[in-house]
Amino acid sequence: MSNENMTIHLKVWKQKNTGSKGHLEDYTVNNVSPDMSFLEMFDVLNEELIHENKEPIAFDHDCREGICGMCSMYINGRPHGPLEGVTTCQLHMRSFKDGDTIVVEPWRAAAFPVIKDLVVDRTAFDRIIASGGYVSINTGNAQDANNLPIGKERADLAFAAAACIGCGACVAACKNASAMLFVSAKVSQLALLPQGEPERQSRALSMVAQMDAEGFGSCTNTGACSAECPKEISLDNIARLNREFLGASLSKPE
Amino acid sequence: MTSSKLDAKVPQGPIGEKWTKYKSTISLVNPANKRNLEIIVVGTGLAGASAAASLAEMGYQVKAFCFQDSPRRAHSIAAQGGINAAKNYQNDGDSVYRLFYDTVKGGDYRSREANVHRLAEVSANIIDQCVAQGVPFARDYGGMLKNRSFGGTQVKRTFYAAGQTGQQLLLGAYSALERQVGLGAVKMYSRHEMLDVVIIDGKARGIIARNLTTGKLERYFGHAVLLCSGGYGNVFYLSTNAMGSNVTAAWKAHKRGAYFGNPCFTQIHPTCIPVSGDHQSKLTLMSESLRNDGRIWVPKKKDETRAANDIPEEERDYYLERRYPAFGNLVPRDIASRAAKERCDAGYGVGLTKQAVYLDFRFNLINKYGRAEASRLNIENPDLDTLVRLGKEVVKEEYGNLFDMYKQITGEDPYEVPMKIYPAVHYTMGGLWVDYNLMTTVPGMYALGEANFSDHGANRLGASALMQGLSDGYFVIPITIGAYLSSEIRTKAIPTDHEAFVAVEKQVKERLETLKNIKGTQSPESFHKRLGHIMWEKCGMARNEKGLTEAIGEIRELRKEFWKDLRVTGDIDEFNPELDKAGRVADFLELGELMCIDALERRESCGGHFREEYQEDGGEAKRDDENFMFVSAWEYNKESDWTLHKEVLEYENIKIAQRNYK
Repeated sequence: MSNENMTIHLKVWKQKNTGSKGHLEDYTVNNVSPDMSFLEMFDVLNEELIHENKEPIAFDHDCREGICGMCSMYINGRPHGPLEGVTTCQLHMRSFKDGDTIVVEPWRAAAFPVIKDLVVDRTAFDRIIASGGYVSINTGNAQDANNLPIGKERADLAFAAAACIGCGACVAACKNASAMLFVSAKVSQLALLPQGEPERQSRALSMVAQMDAEGFGSCTNTGACSAECPKEISLDNIARLNREFLGASLSKPE
Repeated sequence: MTSSKLDAKVPQGPIGEKWTKYKSTISLVNPANKRNLEIIVVGTGLAGASAAASLAEMGYQVKAFCFQDSPRRAHSIAAQGGINAAKNYQNDGDSVYRLFYDTVKGGDYRSREANVHRLAEVSANIIDQCVAQGVPFARDYGGMLKNRSFGGTQVKRTFYAAGQTGQQLLLGAYSALERQVGLGAVKMYSRHEMLDVVIIDGKARGIIARNLTTGKLERYFGHAVLLCSGGYGNVFYLSTNAMGSNVTAAWKAHKRGAYFGNPCFTQIHPTCIPVSGDHQSKLTLMSESLRNDGRIWVPKKKDETRAANDIPEEERDYYLERRYPAFGNLVPRDIASRAAKERCDAGYGVGLTKQAVYLDFRFNLINKYGRAEASRLNIENPDLDTLVRLGKEVVKEEYGNLFDMYKQITGEDPYEVPMKIYPAVHYTMGGLWVDYNLMTTVPGMYALGEANFSDHGANRLGASALMQGLSDGYFVIPITIGAYLSSEIRTKAIPTDHEAFVAVEKQVKERLETLKNIKGTQSPESFHKRLGHIMWEKCGMARNEKGLTEAIGEIRELRKEFWKDLRVTGDIDEFNPELDKAGRVADFLELGELMCIDALERRESCGGHFREEYQEDGGEAKRDDENFMFVSAWEYNKESDWTLHKEVLEYENIKIAQRNYK
């Protein structure tokens, strides 16, 4: 733990609402403790702005434990900032130096319109899940949980895919604003498990169709999504999605 | 005697048969009529998402609301360690009765027997349902589900998915919810906050919600309203709750007639990352599951200056193992928290602030996991480095994300040095009073999950919050709501231009304008911080008459100042997080007062409620069953004015005793 406080310069995206034009605005925050989280630095700045009767910066955040997926800052050209496997809320100021200038923008993607400042609309992700990211089982229909043994390796792989927090960093990182990593994580989780088998083909087809309808771009396999993913969702999932999609397309009854 | 206004509607008969019999005789709504009945669900955590999905599957028309940008973000997502169920997969003698017994005892005999037994009965179905949805619980090599232990139990009944069980369960419930959204059976309203409930002829008939993106007020009708809006731990400002977690929905319901049950019952979780400075915005939990393998200790010497790893074994005080040999590090949360506070207050705390104790994994990493792996791999006489290496791999698999999180926040590596932890506000056992059907004292208005008071008494056992949320949503409300809606089949949907909707919307609008037009100098955040400070100091881990009386006065003063000097930037009819926050803080400022009144009124210690005046010689909580074996249900009259109703608790199936974990 260091006790030397820092001065940080910020260039932050300000945009009144979806329809208006945005711009970068300069701010300076003094007395930043290295133990502060990145969002706590924004809290301090916002309190100062309110004190000066200026408008605070709007940003999305909730759990501040790296699991809800709500925080979404594009920091110095990288979703969630410089560290690997970390969300914005878990990024701490000890990762920066006194006097640094940090540029903070919202996720940039046509399918994620800006609502205000750093806040974007990610409901496209919900619609993709609603198109097929589930097992169709009504409450009360389940058999005993241990009647369905699932090998540890397979269960672990499914869990690794299911760890996606739906933050959208993959889309923000991708030069095509593709949502393939997000879609592939859910398709993989359920394709790996016996529970997902009956709807395996229709799921891959509908989710990809919805992804396209939402205006996400195509995947060109650059891998930026996985490199920037705070939960380190593997690129293998995209390969699996491609297999699932191809298999489903070929066997689809006309 | 139980207040005549409180009818818990507990079915007759032996405890093991109540729920089964009730289910078979409760009134039903036929499928054709279900299509004409509309249900509002506020909140999309485990309780809300599971209820919305299950009710829609049955054929009801559901409208679901959450203030986050997606229903998947509700704070159930952050639950770490696991979910309990009486499956007895480990063949260690678990049963429905044992889960029921542990929960009532863990709650220090302040919960309602019949509700808790039902919870234990349906617990096994929850695991089945979640697995069927594709929730990837931890499994062993043979493909079977794994279990671990949690505090207050001596069996292994906790199912888990590494340290992110809540996430996986919520994503399961969320996927079921989104499936119904896709089918058109649920209409989802994200970034919407319920700001009041509309009551017509004594029944809940709808809500006024603010669209947080546009700032517009909107009216929604429902034949029934389900509040699944979580707990109110954020009244303390610093807690493990999400930043947005708030009491507003429940509080508005309370002010419209729903009694508030046991508001002072707060859970302080023993293992959280300590406060690091004034800038701190929230506290982070380190799962109770870590106490399976982590040993808690402080130095035997006061004001110890050596680093943890330099303190030899014989100079360490494993105070939980010393005081509670039968349960050791796995005593319930309230007991573990008080024991940590006792050591720190006595001068044995560690770290810069001396407000922390060690949670140390080295012993089990080497001796439990390292040795087991070594023998599995046929390594004979492994050296220390090998044991550490092998042990780390297992620990990483069990708790990897928690260890990473700890390192991110503190900059220290818990594989190498012990964690420093301290208790923090985590959960609220109190909540809206509900009957056996989960209905509040307002007909047609229900409360599910953490928002109600019903199952955990004065202290919740670990891994039981997820169980209760999903029990209420998947298996209880779909049945019990029939008792009410079967008599509502002739009620046509009420148009939202009805005078009651107009009147309530007007009140909500005026309140927003008042907040906006104070034009003072202090931010909502600064008031929240000050309220939290009062609550933590005087209504926190230890309470006494003097402190509580002072707190009530201080909160009233702070509230006055709030309504005189608040500054809300931005406008009403736009996306404005400051206005959202102002409204939530205003409600916390009222709730805080009620919590202190309830804590003052309850002249005993029980579970998480520790009144310093009432303790045994050894510092254990001293209950007063003769005078306080009841649920406090508070009726709101007007500002600072409540009437106390009592639901007397009767235990027919459990022998009341002083809790003993020694």
